[in-house]
Amino acid sequence: MKNIFSLICGLLFGAGLIISQMANPDKVLSFLDILGSWDPSLAFVMGGAVIVTLIAFPLILKRQKPLLDTQFHMPAKKVIDRALVLGAALFGIGWGLSGYCPGPGITQLGAGLVSGNWADPLMFVIGLFAGSLIYNKLNSTKS
Amino acid sequence: MTDFTPYSALIGGALIGLISAFLLFGLGRVLGISGFVHGLIARDSQFGWRASFLIGLLLAGVIAAFVTEVPYRIVTMPWVQVLAAGLLVGYGTKMGSGCTSGHGVCGLGRRSMRSVVAVCTFMATAIITVYLVRHVF
Repeated sequence: MKNIFSLICGLLFGAGLIISQMANPDKVLSFLDILGSWDPSLAFVMGGAVIVTLIAFPLILKRQKPLLDTQFHMPAKKVIDRALVLGAALFGIGWGLSGYCPGPGITQLGAGLVSGNWADPLMFVIGLFAGSLIYNKLNSTKS
Repeated sequence: MTDFTPYSALIGGALIGLISAFLLFGLGRVLGISGFVHGLIARDSQFGWRASFLIGLLLAGVIAAFVTEVPYRIVTMPWVQVLAAGLLVGYGTKMGSGCTSGHGVCGLGRRSMRSVVAVCTFMATAIITVYLVRHVF
């Protein structure tokens, strides 16, 4: 049941990425190019999404438990540390280099498998998984 | 170089927010796509629903490409650049515990200070990166 629920969420989230054009890397790069030919459209994506979550999240979290689980699993960490800032900074550089963040990269790969434009998003998705693996490798020796 | 499309952006964005709320309502989890990717690699007890979500995300692209023309990259760049970008995104989101969905859409929605800091940081470095790539080099 959880898996079916999650699959449907993934499908609709992907639809949101395509409708909003968040999945279009050229659009993302135009949005980030504030000192060039700036296209502010994607500010409306973030705006539209955050208005909904700002209203809905507190209401949902008032409930005793979610529909399909015994408890809510919210991130507990509160401290703003070096890893948070450095990690976010590296992510931003990657986002700005390619115009892909994780969701759009994966949805664009799906579209590319049909249209033939799969090579570009595939490179990103390979990098995405490899980057995560490299982080694990470099940080498992420390602990 | 792209057209200003505020209405489709707002509608698509609202759908993204709605699904984030829906996942919290159903599974009690924050919708963070980079977190799902890292979770797949960890192969823990949460593998099933995370993999299902990512398959849904991929299938959304597949289905969309059958019914309509999904815009893809026209201004091409070397594949090495895209691969390097992927590595930075994979490494950075693991280190910083989130991306545009987890920190952006959900983190801001639950008023997390960590997410506010993360969003300001990645927006800044992304804008600087695009500036350097397009206008300096």
